[in-house]
Amino acid sequence: MTRTFRSGTGGRLDRSRQLSFTFDGRLLKGYAGDTLASALIANGVHLVGRSFKYHRPRGILGAGVDEPNALVEIDRGKGRLEPNLQATMVELYEGLVARSQNRWPTLRFDLGAVNDLMSAFLPAGFYYKTFMWPRRAWEAVYEPNIRRAAGLGRPPVDADPDRYAFQYAHCDVLIVGAGPAGLAAALAASEGSGRVILCDEGAELGGSLLADPDTMIDGARAWDWIASAVAKLRARPNVTLLARTTAFRYGAHNMVGLAERVSDHCAAVEAGGLRQRWCQVRAGRVVLATGAHERPIIFRNNDRPGIMLASAARTYLNRYGACAGQRAVVLTRTDSGYAAAFDFARKGVATVVLDLRPSCPAALRAEAASLDIDVFEGVSPLRAEGVIHVRSLQAVMKDGTTRSFPCDLVLMAGGWTPAINLFSQARGTVRWNDRLECYLPGEASQMVQCAGACNGEFGLAAALDSGTSAGAGAGGATSAPTPRVHSEHASLIDMRGVPMELAEQSAMAFVDFQNDVTSKDIRLAIEEGFVSVEHFKRYTTTGMATDQGRISNLNAMAVAGAAIGVPMGQVGITTFRAPYTPTSFGLLSGYNRGSTFAPERLTPTHEWAIGRGAVFEDVGLWKRARYFPRDGEGMEEAVRRECRTTRETAGIVDASTLGKIEVVGPDAATFLERMYINAWSKLKVGSCRYGVLLREDGYIFDDGVVGRIAEDRFHVTTTSGGAAGVFNLMEDYLQTEWPELDVWLTSTTEQWAVISVQGPRARDILAPLVDDIDLSPDAFPHMSVREGHIAGIPTRLFRVSFTGELGFEVNVPSAHGLAMWEAIWAEGEKLGAAVYGTETIHVLRAEKGFIIVGQETDGTVTPDDVGLSWAIGKAKDDFVGKRSLSRSGLCASGRKQLVGLRPVDHGTVPDEGAQIIGDGRTEKSGSQGHVTSAYWSEAVEGPIAMALLQNGRARHGDTVHVTSIKGSTTPWRVVDPVFYDPEGGRLHA
Amino acid sequence: MLLIHCPFCGERAEVEFRYAGEAHITRPAEPEKVDDEEWARYLYERSNPAGDHAERWHHVHGCKRYFNALRNTLSDNFLTSYAAGQPRPGREGVQ
Repeated sequence: MTRTFRSGTGGRLDRSRQLSFTFDGRLLKGYAGDTLASALIANGVHLVGRSFKYHRPRGILGAGVDEPNALVEIDRGKGRLEPNLQATMVELYEGLVARSQNRWPTLRFDLGAVNDLMSAFLPAGFYYKTFMWPRRAWEAVYEPNIRRAAGLGRPPVDADPDRYAFQYAHCDVLIVGAGPAGLAAALAASEGSGRVILCDEGAELGGSLLADPDTMIDGARAWDWIASAVAKLRARPNVTLLARTTAFRYGAHNMVGLAERVSDHCAAVEAGGLRQRWCQVRAGRVVLATGAHERPIIFRNNDRPGIMLASAARTYLNRYGACAGQRAVVLTRTDSGYAAAFDFARKGVATVVLDLRPSCPAALRAEAASLDIDVFEGVSPLRAEGVIHVRSLQAVMKDGTTRSFPCDLVLMAGGWTPAINLFSQARGTVRWNDRLECYLPGEASQMVQCAGACNGEFGLAAALDSGTSAGAGAGGATSAPTPRVHSEHASLIDMRGVPMELAEQSAMAFVDFQNDVTSKDIRLAIEEGFVSVEHFKRYTTTGMATDQGRISNLNAMAVAGAAIGVPMGQVGITTFRAPYTPTSFGLLSGYNRGSTFAPERLTPTHEWAIGRGAVFEDVGLWKRARYFPRDGEGMEEAVRRECRTTRETAGIVDASTLGKIEVVGPDAATFLERMYINAWSKLKVGSCRYGVLLREDGYIFDDGVVGRIAEDRFHVTTTSGGAAGVFNLMEDYLQTEWPELDVWLTSTTEQWAVISVQGPRARDILAPLVDDIDLSPDAFPHMSVREGHIAGIPTRLFRVSFTGELGFEVNVPSAHGLAMWEAIWAEGEKLGAAVYGTETIHVLRAEKGFIIVGQETDGTVTPDDVGLSWAIGKAKDDFVGKRSLSRSGLCASGRKQLVGLRPVDHGTVPDEGAQIIGDGRTEKSGSQGHVTSAYWSEAVEGPIAMALLQNGRARHGDTVHVTSIKGSTTPWRVVDPVFYDPEGGRLHA
Repeated sequence: MLLIHCPFCGERAEVEFRYAGEAHITRPAEPEKVDDEEWARYLYERSNPAGDHAERWHHVHGCKRYFNALRNTLSDNFLTSYAAGQPRPGREGVQ
């Protein structure tokens, strides 16, 4: 194509910077300042995509975020492929690579277009009605094929190498939209000292004025006025200007999410650079100057390339110097269509106006005559001819005759839809306006107000006026001058009585271009009874594409209203949801990816464990060593060896993740009496006790050993995962129920490193290191705590055991944790001790029948259920959860109780969570409980399991059956849950 | 994201807080003396109004204090916030 569609001068392009780009592999030229859409139009490329359902050829309809058709894929290399971008929002850069979507094999020749020929058989709800039988075929056959044929772009497959930022910002006034209303609002709001943020989704500030260069404001041409307004704002220290920034979400308490496209418009951005930024703005007040979107007109084949919105064509012409055609027909329902007609005629484009209204204002008619534009009133459009480009438009004239207008460009001016999306997201109400034929902002429920076209104040003078007063009000200024417009056509909009009906009830008159919904589909839905807007919307999918019906919703209401027989204002409106425009996943995930996805908590021996080849597991946010394989061992071999060595010699494990709370104060013992089920007052200084904590409903919440360091000081330990919850629960009772108690709580989890030394040689390992603590059994019995020094480091040394062996837990300040560990390990290695991880912890404790909260308990388990009644302080009147333990359900007979299970003639380790059934027959046999823990035990040389079983304590000796995921069952004997050393002799060594 | 007024720290973003249930649910002074029904009411029954709701918030990533607030559950607007233990203010008192 040699003909140029670019005017020689004009527009806001930098003509000195020519840019090369490709579209579907074809090398094209544009200028700096172009969008991909304007550059394509300037190159005479009108066919840019295939439609969603019928694969119809589509062109460019809009000029901004209103574009439903021209969705492209932009390729910046590996991991940087982005589908479904609006060509109207993609700024041109040198070397840009763009491709059309949803076509095969090529855009011009697309096999999927057979759907278009079949369209008579593909009405609304077609899929629901047709692919119902056989049911299985839906998943196997129908859905995959439908998905292949329909749809938009292809998703990227490689990881995105680019960087996305997140930040919070605060301001007194946030103004969304930098068209005339937004600029006026910003000028007024920033007169005072309050901080003002003005953002706009476009590449440049100015909004609709960028397409209207000849208008005069305050004695200056529009573009000069923009320049001086922006310069004035930029000079004010309290103003932040953000272009390329979409306010995509309006949340509670005036928090507005801004998506800033930092480098999407730049050529040759290196991978890993900052691409987009999510700015969460908390604003004192918000002014929404979000403008309005033009509506298409409904007639047969209104989707053909070359048919576009009048405002969009005018934007390409004036802002980008790209003339979309040489012979134009303007279809209009309002005065605003004439502005486009006049501009095209002035550029020498043969232009005809078909006004759908019975008559057009005399002033417009006179100006049209002066530009040799023929104006026809009372016209009804019939159909467009041409397939990959419009060739002519047929219309029914006022006298009933049909006439054909040859053309290569049809401009639609169907009226305006105020962009009230953000106002509605802010939970403002909306109200219907008959005169303007649209919804307008009603009552605000936050500190927000709308200005300009988004508030139904159409026309430049009205926009400047309402913007100024909204800005002045929001900024607290008393007087701000309103910019004066010198010449403006009367732009009164009155849509009452302007016809919407189609001259022909056609199948291919599109309402929703992006989802391929026609007026016939909507009428069919109404006919089938989907009368509610929420129903026909979902049935036809109108308004449900990525553009959320930005330009189509009002037309859908008009069609539905006519079909139902009610005014369109009574059809109802659906809810506006965030995001306002599609937002990238990269932006939403921000910093939350890779190693910064979640914080990691590391113990002091983490690096040491890595050096020893430990395999780690996540326990909450902690990284814990799970086992330490040697010589190619798998987990099972490694754990068996670690268990064996610990019971025969000794084992050493990092237990630093244990939660720790220092409970201090004159009332510390009283406080613990009230929190825990146990008795504390008589616990001697230097002694420990295993404590159990309930919720107020009587169920086990946490457990851990508590040591009394002094009369008024306790060292409380909690489970690794429960530490924060226990601390918050304690604070809650202390602050709100018993504020009279004189107690302080301090979380010390991160302050203490804990090294647990377990096994018959544990004392021999520590003895050479301990400076001033007598480790002999009489001086330091099981369940004691001493303060002293070990290898010169201050320590709280506990004699406790989670293994059933002689055991010590060495607490030292975390900074000394690694040194302490290395010293203990050196001694242990001499004696042949093993280092072990969480898996061996679990096996060794299960052999002793010790529960793990969250494994043996699940929030419905009482102390008695797991055999911990002995821990309850019998003399206590009250503790958290005590009253609930006497509720009938919690002390009923037949509750599930903790038991041990041993295999009957097999060596299978069951699945944790497996159900226990009575007679081994799965059918009709209800569950009697479930397996809570199951391991291979070295100590008993076979499988062991812990389980919660109905009435379990009375059933020792019974045989039960345990299910497996495969369906087979295995027989098990019910036993006491202590499998090893039931007398506890080894503990007291 | 809500903007919450902590009586001790001032206005902070919701991410610093944790919701802690309905306010003014008092634990019976002598639980052993209340019957099962009353105890169950204390444990489980909450008012869940569509309108003004007195509720507890925990400034868990701040001063760690539990406090009370009056929030309208329809608009999400906070009317006031006040220290734990203080009586619920009337609506006229906070406008």
